[in-house]
This record gives sequence, C-alpha cells and structure tokens, in this order.
Amino acid sequence: MAEHAAAVKQDTLGTRMVRALGRGPLHVALIAICLAWMVPTLGLLVSSFRPAAAIATTGWWTAFSTPFEFTLENYQQVLTTQGMGRSFLNSVMIALPATAITIVVAALAAYAFSWIEFPGRDWLFLVVVGLLVVPLQLTLIPVLRIFATLGWTGSFFAIWLAHTAYGLPFAVFLLRNFFVALPKDLLESAFLDGASHFTAFRRIVMPLSVPALAALGIFQFLWLWNDLLVALVYLGGVRSVAPMTVTISNLVNSFGSSWHLLTSAAFISMILPLVIFFALQRYFVEGILAGAVKG
Amino acid sequence: MRRNRLIALLYLAPAGLLLSMFLVYPVLNTIYLSFLDNDSEQFVGWDNYVYLFTSPATLVVFRNNILWLVLFTGACLVIGLLMAVLANQVRYEAIAKAIIFVPMAVSFTAAGVIWRFMYIYRAPQFGQTGVMNALLDVLGFDPIPWISNTSVNNYALIAAGIWMWTGFALVVVSAGLKGIPSEVIEAARIDGANERQIFWHVILPMLKSVLVVVAVTLVINSLKVFDLVYVMTFGNYDTDVLANRMFKEMFTFGNFGRASAVAVVLLLAIIPMMAVNIRRFRRGE
Amino acid sequence: MKRWHALLLMSVLAIALLAVSACGTQEDTTDGGDGDGEEIGSVSVMGVWGEGELEAFNEVAAGWEDESGGTMEFEGTRDLSAILRARVSGGNPPDLAILPNPALMQDFASSGDLVSIDDVVDLGGSYAQTWVDLGSVDGSLYGMFVKASTKSTVWYDPAGFEASGYEVPETWDELMALSDQMLADGLAPWSIGLESGGASGWPATDWIQEIYLTESGPDMYDQWVNHEIPWTDPSVKSAWERFGEVAFTEGYVPGGVDAMLATPFADASFLPFEDPPQAGMFFLGSFTQGFIAEQFPDQVAGTDYDFFKFVEINEPGTVTGGADVIVMFNDTPATRSLLEYLAEGENWTSWAEAGGFASPNQGLDPASYPDDLARNAAAQLTDSEIFRFDADDLMPSELQTAYLQGVLDYLQNPDNLDQVLADIETVAATAYE
Repeated sequence: MAEHAAAVKQDTLGTRMVRALGRGPLHVALIAICLAWMVPTLGLLVSSFRPAAAIATTGWWTAFSTPFEFTLENYQQVLTTQGMGRSFLNSVMIALPATAITIVVAALAAYAFSWIEFPGRDWLFLVVVGLLVVPLQLTLIPVLRIFATLGWTGSFFAIWLAHTAYGLPFAVFLLRNFFVALPKDLLESAFLDGASHFTAFRRIVMPLSVPALAALGIFQFLWLWNDLLVALVYLGGVRSVAPMTVTISNLVNSFGSSWHLLTSAAFISMILPLVIFFALQRYFVEGILAGAVKG
Repeated sequence: MRRNRLIALLYLAPAGLLLSMFLVYPVLNTIYLSFLDNDSEQFVGWDNYVYLFTSPATLVVFRNNILWLVLFTGACLVIGLLMAVLANQVRYEAIAKAIIFVPMAVSFTAAGVIWRFMYIYRAPQFGQTGVMNALLDVLGFDPIPWISNTSVNNYALIAAGIWMWTGFALVVVSAGLKGIPSEVIEAARIDGANERQIFWHVILPMLKSVLVVVAVTLVINSLKVFDLVYVMTFGNYDTDVLANRMFKEMFTFGNFGRASAVAVVLLLAIIPMMAVNIRRFRRGE
Repeated sequence: MKRWHALLLMSVLAIALLAVSACGTQEDTTDGGDGDGEEIGSVSVMGVWGEGELEAFNEVAAGWEDESGGTMEFEGTRDLSAILRARVSGGNPPDLAILPNPALMQDFASSGDLVSIDDVVDLGGSYAQTWVDLGSVDGSLYGMFVKASTKSTVWYDPAGFEASGYEVPETWDELMALSDQMLADGLAPWSIGLESGGASGWPATDWIQEIYLTESGPDMYDQWVNHEIPWTDPSVKSAWERFGEVAFTEGYVPGGVDAMLATPFADASFLPFEDPPQAGMFFLGSFTQGFIAEQFPDQVAGTDYDFFKFVEINEPGTVTGGADVIVMFNDTPATRSLLEYLAEGENWTSWAEAGGFASPNQGLDPASYPDDLARNAAAQLTDSEIFRFDADDLMPSELQTAYLQGVLDYLQNPDNLDQVLADIETVAATAYE
C-alpha cells in the first residue's frame, strides 16, 4: 500500500512537471493576475523610497528614470520615531496572545458543534454565525462601559478578550466546517474504543485540522495587528500601551498631508505579519489527511 | 445524552461567555436604543426608523451595499477559487499565493494610501500621477476623477475591496484544497477525466463546505463594509454604505437613536442569508 | 478524568494571563519628572496633533513636567470626535482634550461631560473678550483657545506680481479684475483644492464664510451661525454665488471642478509657487505657510511667497479664523496644574519659535514668531476690528457635514443651488437641539 502511494506520488511530481511546462495558458493567466495584483503595492513600495516633494508631483513609475531620487529618509524618520520600538512590542503583546486564545476557544466550541450531540445544536450554531454580521463599532460604547465599571480599561487582558470575542463568529464558523468534513469513521471508531471527547479532540481532530488552524491563526493575527480603533477605545493611545498602528497614525499631522511617511510605515508594519504568513505556509501541505486515512 | 449536554456546555462555555458579553449584549442594547431619541433619553417609538427610510440618502446607501454584495463577493470568490486551483498545479505556488495574499497584511490606512496612488486625478493639462489615469493617458483617453465621479467611484472602491480580500478567499479555499486526498484526483486522472471534468466533478463538490464559509463571510463583509469607504471617501459622492452611515450617526453626530436604527437594519439584512443556510442544514450536508 | 485535565489546563492558562496583564496595567503610573517629594501624577491629553505638531506640544508640556513633576501623556488620533465620543460615552474619557472646533465643546458641555474651568484659569488678562465668550457655554467657561490661525489670507508670489505688474487688490471688484487680467495673460488666477478625505470641501466653506462676513456684516453672520436666519436667506445665497463666480468662471481654476474636487488642499497651495507658476493666487488659512515652506524650502518667506488680506465687499476690516480649544473632562490636581500652566501665553514660546503656530493669548510675545509673515498673520488675530470664528466650526456636526456635502453638490451641479440650500436647511432645522 505504501509503495503504491509512493509510486503514485512520484508519478504525480513527474507528470506534474511535464504538464506544467506544457501549459502555456495556465501560466499566462496566473502570471497576469499576479502582476496586476502587485501593481498597487509596488506603487507604495517605490513611493516609500522617494522624497516627499517628488511623491506629490510625479507618478511613482517615473522614479525609474532620471533623475534618480531614491532616499531612505522616509524609513529613517519612521524607524527613529519616538516610541516605535515600544509600540512594536505592544502590538505583539496584543496580537499574539489574543490569536492563541481565539484558536483555543474557537476550536473547543467548533468541536462541540461538530462532534458532540446535544439538543438545539444547529440553531445555536446558526446564532453564532449570525453574530458575524454585528459591526464592531456598535459594540464599542456598551463594552467600554462594562470595562470602565470593572476597571479594565487600559489593560491588555481586556483587549485580548475583546479581540477574541470579535473573532469568534468567523473562527467557530471556519473550524466547525473543517471539523465536520473529517472522516466520520475515524472518530466513530475512536469513540467505540472508549475514547473520551477530549481525547478525540486532542489526538484526532486538532492534528488533522492544522491547515484550518493555520489559516485562522494568520487571519486573526493580521486583523489584530492592523487594528487601530479597538486599541484606541479600550486600551487608550498612551505610549506605554499604544500599538504600532497608533504610533504610525501619529506620524501624520492634523492636516493629514504628510503621508509620504505612511508609505514606509506601511511596509515596516507589514514585515512581521508576512513573516508569520510564510512561516505558516508549511502547514498548507497536501497529504496530511491522506496519511491519516492510510494509518 | 445527559453527559453529552454537560460536556457540550463545558466546551461551549468560554466562547459563549465572550460572545454574550461582547456581541450579544451590545446588540440587545442597540435594539433597545433604536427606540429612544438621539441622546438616549426619551422613548420615540419608530421615529428613527421612519427617518431612516424616508431619507433620500438611504436609497443610495442600500443600492451601494447591494453593489458590494454582488460584485465584491462574486469577484473574490471566483478569483480566489481560480487562483487556488491554478496555483495548486505549478511549482511557484507559494509565491503566487503570497502575492495575492499580501494585500490582506496591509492596514486600512495603508490601503487608503495605496489606492490614492492608484486613483489620483489631475487636470488633463498636468501630468498624471495616479496609475489608473496614467494608463488612460497612455491609451489616449482623458483622465477620470475616480473618487468624485459618481458613475465610477463605487466600482473603484469595490475594486480596491476585491484586491484586499481575494487573498482571504484564496487562503481558505487553498486549505480546503489541500484537504482533498491526492489519490482521489489521481484516480480520476487515471480513469481518463480531463482537468475541467476533475474540477467540476471531483474538486468542487469536495470543497463545498469550505466555499460556504468563504461565501458567507464575504457576503457578510460586503454588508458590513466600512474601513475602506471610511478611509477613501467617508461616504461622500454617493458612496455611502450602511456601516459608514451608522458610524457617522453614532460617532460624528452623536445621534445614538438613529445610529442604532441603522445598525438594526444592518443586522436584519442578514436574515435572508441565514434562511438560506438553514435550508441547507435541513437538507443535510 | 481527561476532562478535568482540560479544565485544569484552562484555569492555569487563565491565571497566567491575568498575572501578565496585571503587569501591563501598572505601567500607567508616572515615571517622569523629578518632582520634589509628591508625585502629582499623569495627565492624559487627547488631540488631533501628530508629527511636528505633536513634537512641539510635547516640548511645551515638558516645561510643565519639569516644573511640577507630573507626566503629560498625549493620545493622538485623526478621528478625534469618534474616539472621544466613544470614550466619553463609555465612561473612560481623557483628562483633557484639544478640540479642533468649539461646536464639539458645546456638544460635550451641554451633555454635562465637561468640567467648567472657571475656577481653574483666569483668562481676563490675556484673552480678548471674544475668545472668552467663544469658550463659554451658558455663562460658564469650558474651553480655552490655544492654537489659532487666521483664514483671511490670500497667498501669492510678490516677486511674480511685481514682474507682471499686478497690484494687490482691496475690493471684490479689484479682485475679479485682477483675475481677468491674469487670465488674459495666460495664467489661471486661482488654485483651489478641496480634497480632504472625510472633510472634503472645507476650503470652499472658508471661501463662503469669508465672503459672507464682509458682504453682510458681523450681525448677519452671527444670525446665520445661530440659525436665526435660514440657509435659504438671500444673503446666504449671495455668498455662495460669489464663490461660484470664482469656481465656475471658465479658466479661473486650472482643471475646473474635477481638479478642485480631486486636489488635496495642501497640494493646491503649491501651484502659485511652481516654476513656472500654474496659478496666480491661493486662498486658505495662515497654516498654508507651513505647506509652502516644506515643499519649497529654498523660497524665502515675504519675498517669494506672502499673503494679502482678503478683500472687502461691504464691511471693512473683517477677519475669520479658527482655533483649537482645550477642555477638561476629569478634575484632578494634575489636570488643573497643567491647565494653569498652559494658560500662560509665554509657556508656548517654544512652539511659536518653531513656526506653524499662533496664539490668541496676548501673553505670548510676538517677537517669538520666526518671521514677519507669521507675525502679520498673528496680528490679524489679535488686532482685527471684526473677528469671527469660522462658521462651520461653530455649527453642530450634523449640520457641518450637510454644509460640506452641500458645497460638493453645488460644485457638481451649479444650477441646483436653491435645492442644495433647501436641503441644508432641512438638516439645520433639527440639528440645533
């Protein structure tokens, strides 16, 4: 069986390569879409290396012809802004724990919705998914009142809970749909062998759902990393707790016109999320499920 | 059975508590506030709703949200699915996916700056500094003020939205695609099916539950769209959407009653969609 | 048994997180200043200032920190009214806030969120009565004005004017004649830029207000602002139409309405000073000096760029302007101390010297301004006979938004003026509650 699988895999790679080389239209389509997608970001990247005066007067593509006016001063100004390092740490302090908590809480709930029988399960699930539509701004004032009464304003703990809650409807939705698609026989045989729900959750469901967990982790981290509104309202904008988004928004004066700094700031703040994205890429690997079924 | 209920409760408790405090309670609070006046002092019954539905701006808002719903959801889904399947078959898959995904890593402030560079309009006698107008210039057309021109600005904003969110569709569909055992696909190939048949008859059915997640999320996001519109136009020039309207009423004007009414309308808008989902459930997935 | 493992794990995790976050909250306490003995505490200030403005204000506050031993923590956001409203309604307002217009102050004062500063600062000696009145609601003082700018400035290139034989106009007719003269010479007379994100259109409101004040006089102006006359009043329509003369006359503005709507207001200030100049004149407030200086660092203030006072129509000596007003939400000893410090005009000297700042506070020595240009602009604030605050900054926010949208509407549909004004009037009817 394993030999056959290996043989099949080899064929896959080989035939794949042949097919890939011969598939002109496929490549053309892919590359065209990718190029079109890159243009907006490219504009930002190039602009971040141009002096402010040039940005205001000519298009960014002209930077590739004389006079070459590239400069690092935008990056310099952003990186040496007072409090930038601290706010980077704050951003991490906000985004990482909240992402972790979201995954755990959502996975538990999603498991219950997929593999535990209880009355009203489907209706409750629909309510949770329905909460996806609640716009965040709606919750700011009522929740802030609760925080103020509890004395939680300005604490990271409060913002972790808030972000987790805001991310839960999507997280539960995503994970539950993944869990439900797992091979039923696998779990049923485990239950027949006397496994408890927790064992099934820990040993079967979670490992098999790694692609979904990785996807969720990426999204949640990204949304938290780029959040500005929730941080300003629940956490406050003081230097000790302000995330990078707040510090970056203060690079711009009240006229909002010095946005040449925003170009480099945007890239600086993109680095960590992209690193995490690439790091989690390896979880998007084919065959995890196949291996489990064979075993 | 009883044991199961208790276990389920345990697993659902953390999520349940958080959702109740942060989402359910504010929603109930908002519904209540929508029947009070703008300072939340006096009961005014349906007045806020009447104002909302008789205001001419509201028609524009509804139209815009429907445009977003159809175009944004459709494009993100189609392009995301297409890219997931195509990229799956080439060696440079990771790079291609990363390129489509990068916009999701961009904050909305940055997105505002990026698309400003794309849509800048300058009078024809000056040189164009925005990409879209420069392209038009090269092709021999007059530049278009993408943001202030009411016949194109909604599409311009939706295009920016599609650019940002297709990566989401791509990532989720891709994760689902990876969950399909390669043996199944190989078996189909060996049986003589061509790529198109494999796509429609093997891959697509197995992706159903993943596609549902993506579609539902996108539809709901199109109803809730806020950040992009806020950053680029603040709803000016007939681009206003429900969430932006709510934000304006609540935070710019301080009209809590009206803002709550807009919010309630927004919440009610998903009911048709939930109905569709219920029907799918009943039919059994 | 395994179930309890899970519970245990979760509780341990929860406790660990609580412990870590507890460390996080204690960071808020003071760490600045070498106070003599008593820790006066910290003051949180919320405002729209960023970049250079923020640096300048931090330096001003540093003077207070050294004196008192307290810490000033600034929370900057461009979405001030939104964040502030959320924080105030949620029960967690900042100690002080620096608002960009008095209307917001009136809003918060009437809902009882502000603390009166009557017994904290005494403005009698250093502020003209107008400023004290503007900062008061129902007889109590709530706001103190800190950073002001005059709006009655038209920017031009003096060297260019002289070379082309243009003379600085003093009446509306002279202004229009000059515009025609420039047009005949092949130079578009006006640069107008209205793009400003969510507030697009405000430079046009500056035009309309400036015209209104000098055309119909201060008493009518006040009636207009307080909605004692409707927006459909002939005086209002006349001001809009005069602005329309400038905006719609063919060739006056390069690129016409489309360019006006698409050009950011700061970028529009560059046109008269480019080489060759793309426009003759630019009407916007005194803060324009900063935009020009930053874009053209080699040009000299007073020689290569200068302003003349906006022309008069019927009423002479009128000036419109705007200012930021500081208000108090939480009454604490530290907050009072900071407010008292900021009430002394001389404490703002460092910002005045840095440029881009003018104060209505007479305690600030005009010699601190970096050049004559800034001094002249500031003089308009303190010396003008008839000074009125920017009209749209005094209107309730809903009306202000309707006003801005009305202006954009009018520009795209010039024949619709009556409808536009009627629509604004509908909003005004209920906005003043």
